[in-house]
Amino acid sequence: MSHRTPSELREEAKRILEEFTGMEKIRAKDRIAIPQQEMPSQDPHARNANMYEVTYGYFEEQARVEAERCLQCRNAPCVEGCPVRIDIPRFIKHAAEGDYAASLAVVKEASLLPAICGRVCPQENQCQEYCTVGKSLKDTFRSVSIGRIERFVADWGAGLHGLPDDRLDEPNPLPPSARVDTPVITASGGPDSSGVRDVPDVKPPTGKKVAVIGSGPASITVAADVRREGHDVTIFEAFHKPGGVMIYGIPEFRLPKRIVEEEIHTLEEMGVEIRTNFLVGQTRKLKDLLEKDGYDAAFIGTGAGLPRFMSIEGENLVGVFSANEFLTRSNLMKAYDRDRAQTPIYHPRRVAVLGGGNVAMDAARTALRIGAEKVYVIYRRSRVEMPARAEEVDHAEEEGVEFLLLRNPTRILGDENEQVVGIEVLDYELGEPDESGRRRPVPIAGSESVIDLDTVIVSIGNDSNPLITRTTPELEANRWGNITTDDNGRTSMDRVYAGGDIVLGAATVILAMGEGRKAAASINRMLAEDGNHVTGPAAEQGVT
Amino acid sequence: MEHTILEKRQLSEQVYMMRIRAPLIAEAREPGQFIILQVDTDFGERIPLTIADADAQSGWICIIFQAVGGTTMKLAALREGETVAAVLGPLGHPTHIERVGHAVCVGGGIGVAPLYPIAQALKAAGNRLTVIVGARSKELVILEDEMKELADELIVVTDDGSYGRKALVTEPLRELCEADAMPDLVVAIGPPVMMKFAAETTRPFGVRTMVSLNTIMVDGTGMCGGCRVNVGGETKFVCVDGPEFDGHQVDFDNMMRRLASYRAQEEHARHECLAEARAAELERETHESQNTV
Ligand SMILES: Cc1cc2nc3c(=O)[nH]c(=O)nc-3n(C[C@H](O)[C@H](O)[C@H](O)COP(=O)(O)OP(=O)(O)OC[C@H]3O[C@@H](n4cnc5c(N)ncnc54)[C@H](O)[C@@H]3O)c2cc1C
Ligand SMILES: Cc1cc2nc3c(=O)[nH]c(=O)nc-3n(C[C@H](O)[C@H](O)[C@H](O)COP(=O)(O)OP(=O)(O)OC[C@H]3O[C@@H](n4cnc5c(N)ncnc54)[C@H](O)[C@@H]3O)c2cc1C
Ligand code: SF4
Ligand code: FES
Repeated sequence: MSHRTPSELREEAKRILEEFTGMEKIRAKDRIAIPQQEMPSQDPHARNANMYEVTYGYFEEQARVEAERCLQCRNAPCVEGCPVRIDIPRFIKHAAEGDYAASLAVVKEASLLPAICGRVCPQENQCQEYCTVGKSLKDTFRSVSIGRIERFVADWGAGLHGLPDDRLDEPNPLPPSARVDTPVITASGGPDSSGVRDVPDVKPPTGKKVAVIGSGPASITVAADVRREGHDVTIFEAFHKPGGVMIYGIPEFRLPKRIVEEEIHTLEEMGVEIRTNFLVGQTRKLKDLLEKDGYDAAFIGTGAGLPRFMSIEGENLVGVFSANEFLTRSNLMKAYDRDRAQTPIYHPRRVAVLGGGNVAMDAARTALRIGAEKVYVIYRRSRVEMPARAEEVDHAEEEGVEFLLLRNPTRILGDENEQVVGIEVLDYELGEPDESGRRRPVPIAGSESVIDLDTVIVSIGNDSNPLITRTTPELEANRWGNITTDDNGRTSMDRVYAGGDIVLGAATVILAMGEGRKAAASINRMLAEDGNHVTGPAAEQGVT
Repeated sequence: MEHTILEKRQLSEQVYMMRIRAPLIAEAREPGQFIILQVDTDFGERIPLTIADADAQSGWICIIFQAVGGTTMKLAALREGETVAAVLGPLGHPTHIERVGHAVCVGGGIGVAPLYPIAQALKAAGNRLTVIVGARSKELVILEDEMKELADELIVVTDDGSYGRKALVTEPLRELCEADAMPDLVVAIGPPVMMKFAAETTRPFGVRTMVSLNTIMVDGTGMCGGCRVNVGGETKFVCVDGPEFDGHQVDFDNMMRRLASYRAQEEHARHECLAEARAAELERETHESQNTV
C-alpha cells in the first residue's frame, strides 16, 4: 500500500462531503459505497526513526465522512461487540452532524478513557467485527471505523484533533499530539492541552477512604467513579509515574504520554491523592492499609506484570531481554533520548522479537526507532492469528519489520562471551484446528535454520505479578496467580475488590476499564450501605 | 513524601553514608532488604541500594554507597537538607535469620555495608559471629569500628597489605573452614568475583553459603526480568526471589557477563559526570580567584 499524504486524504474527504451537502436523504446503498476513510499517518520511512505518534487522527472532514458511512442500524450489532456498550450509533450520528460535544458526551456515558481506547482498542475484534457495513462488504476491515471516530471526538475535546493547517505542507509534519516546542525526539508533553478539560463533579465529602492499588486503566476508572461519590481516594503506585502499562509499556508513538497524563491530571483535580513509589505488600501490607490506616475499602488493579520466558537454551545470554524490560527502559525511563536519559538501553543491530501480540509489535517498532538495522518478528502461527491489533501489524510491516511466520525458536546461540550471536528456529505448518478454532501449528522435523542476531526480545506474554497475593494470604488466586473475584469485583477478602489484568490475565485497556467500573459501583454501593448505620469520626470533620 | 537527607558522611575516598527520611520504609524493612532510588524522576536512572541500617522510631534509613558511576556520583553530590527524588522499598526478601551456631560474615569492599544489618541480626539471634572485612587498600575499609563492636572475632584483610593482613578474604575463610569448629553458615557479600570465590572456597567443606546478588535492575518489582540469574539451573529474579541465594547454586559467570551489558554506556555517563564535576570545580576556582583579585 502506498503512503497517502494527509493533504490528499483531506482533499478526498472534502470532495465527498460536498457531494452530500444539501442531500435530503442518503440511501443505505450510497452510504455503503462511501469509501472508508484512511487514517492519515507519518510517512513510514520517516516515522521509524522518531518517537512521535504515528497516526495524525482524522481531519474533521474525514470524521464526518466516516460517520456518514454508518447505517444507524436499529439493532446496533456493534454495541453488542463493545465491552462497555457505548451507544455507538448515537455518538456517530452526532459526529456526522458536526456536534462533537454531544458525540463525546455519549461516549463518556460509558467510557472514561475515549482518547486512549480510540487509539488502542482492538476494534476489529469488538464493535467493528459486528458492524453491518463490514458484513455487507464481506470485510471486517471495511466496517465503519468506529474507533477512529471515537478518537476524533475525544481529541476534539482535548483540542488535539486533526493536523493543523500550518503543519500540512511540511514534508513529515509532527502529529497534533506532539508539542512543537520540543526537538525531534520528545519527552512527553504535559497536561497543558489547548482543549478544555471537563473535571467531573465530586459530591460532598463522605469521610470514607478508599485505597486504589496500581494506576493502570482499571485503577484510574475506579478512582474517578469512587471519588465522584465524595469518598476520599488514594492511588498507590509502585513506579515513580502513574499510568500503568499505558505509561511504561505502550510507546509514545502509539499512545502519546500526554494523553495518559491528562487523565491522571483530571483525577488530581478531582482531589484524588496519588502516592508513587509505594509498593503495596512491601512498603505497607494491604491489611495494614485497611486495619491501621483507616481505609474503608481497597481496589487491587496491579496488572499482569510478570514476563514469561520461553525456557529455551540461551535465554540468559547477554542481549536477551523481556519486552517489558526493553519497553520500560525506552518509555518510562526515556532511554531512547540518549542525550538526556541516564538509563542505558542496549544498542540493537539485528533483532528478533519473539511473539505476535501488541507487546511484540511495540518492541519491534521501538527497536527500529532506536537504530536497529534489521528487526524480525518470529511467530509460531500465521499472520491472521496474530493477537496484535491489525493496524499495528500493518504499521510494523510498513516501517520495515520483517515477519517470520510459522517459525518457532528452539535455542538462542551465544559466543564465548555469552553474547547473543544468533537464534535457531524450527519451521511449522498449520495442522487441524484446536478447541479455539485456530489451526494448531505443527513443527516440521529437521527444518532448523539459524538467523544471525545480536539481540533477542522475548515477548510471549505476561502472568500476574504475585507480589500482592504473596504478601496477603487472605486473598484467593487461581493457579495462574490471577485474583479471583465474584461478578461484582469482590475478592475473598472483606472490603477488597480487584479488576483488570490481575483478574483477567493479560487482557486489554477497555476490559480493565469495564472491570473498574463494575468494582467501583460495588464499592460505592457498599460504602453507601455502611453510611446508613455508621458515621465515622472523619465524616463529622468533613475531610476533603 | 519528602526524602530529606538528614546526614551525609564520607567514609572513604569513594564511599558515602547517608541517613534519609523514609518513615514507612524504616518501619517495614528487615535485614537484607534494599531500596531503589532516583536522583531525578524525569530522566534519572533507578538504582538499587541496600538498607544498611534504619530506625523505625525516628523514621530514617541509612544507605552506604560507592560513587562508581553516573547515578551514584549524582547522589554523592547531594547535601544534607536536600531531598532524594524517589525512594521505593523495602524490596526483596529479608534475610532468613536463625540461630545456627557459628556464623561467618564475609564482606568485600562496599559489600560490607549490606552485610552490616545481617551481621547485626545474626548476632542478635544468638550466633557466634566472625566477620571478615576485605578491601583493596586501607582507605577503602569501611565500618570497621561498627563490625568490631558486633563481632566475636573481626579479621581485616587488604589486597595490598596496607592494613590488616595482606590477603584476599578467601584465605581466612578457608582457614576457618579447615578449623575444627567449622562455620555453620557463611554470608558473603561483595563484588561478584569475590562472592564467586567465597562460594568456591566453602563448597568442598559443604558449608552453607549465602550470597546477596547485585544484578542490574529496573523496576525492582518482578516486572522486567532484567535482574534474572541462573540459580541451580533455574531462572530467578533477584529483586523478588532474592536478593539472597545459595552461593553454591549461582551461575556467577553468567551474572558477571550480564552485569557488563551496558559497560560502554556506563563509562560514558561516568566520564560525563566527572567532566561536569571538573567543570563546576573550575568555575568555582575562577570565581574565587576573581573574588580575591
Ligand atoms: C506493551 C504493551 C502493549 C499493549 N497494547 C495494548 C493495546 O494496544 N490495546 C489494549 O487494549 N491493550 C494493550 N495492552 C494491554 C493493556 O495495557 C492492559 O491490559 C491494561 O493496561 C491493564 O490495565 P490494569 O489497570 O489491569 O493494570 P496495568 O496497566 O498493568 O497497571 C498496573 C499498575 O500497578 C502497579 N503495581 C503493580 N503492583 C503494585 C503494587 N503491589 N503496589 C502498587 N502498585 C503496583 C504497576 O506498577 C502498574 O503501574 C498492552 C500491554 C502491553 C504491555
Ligand atoms: C540488591 C542490590 C543491592 C545493592 N546495594 C548496594 C549498596 O548498598 N551500596 C552500593 O554502593 N551499591 C549497591 N548495589 C550496587 C549499586 O546498585 C550500583 O553500584 C549502582 O547501580 C551503580 O549505579 P551508577 O549509575 O552510579 O553506576 P553505573 O554507571 O551503572 O555503573 C558504574 C560501574 O559500576 C558497575 N556496576 C553497575 N551496577 C553494579 C552492580 N549492581 N554491582 C556492582 N557493580 C555494578 C558497572 O559495571 C560499572 O563499571 C546494590 C545492587 C543491588 C542489585
Ligand atoms: S453496526 Fe455499523 S453501521 Fe450499524 S450502527 Fe453500528 S457502526 Fe453503524
Ligand atoms: S528488577 Fe525488574 S524484575 Fe527484577
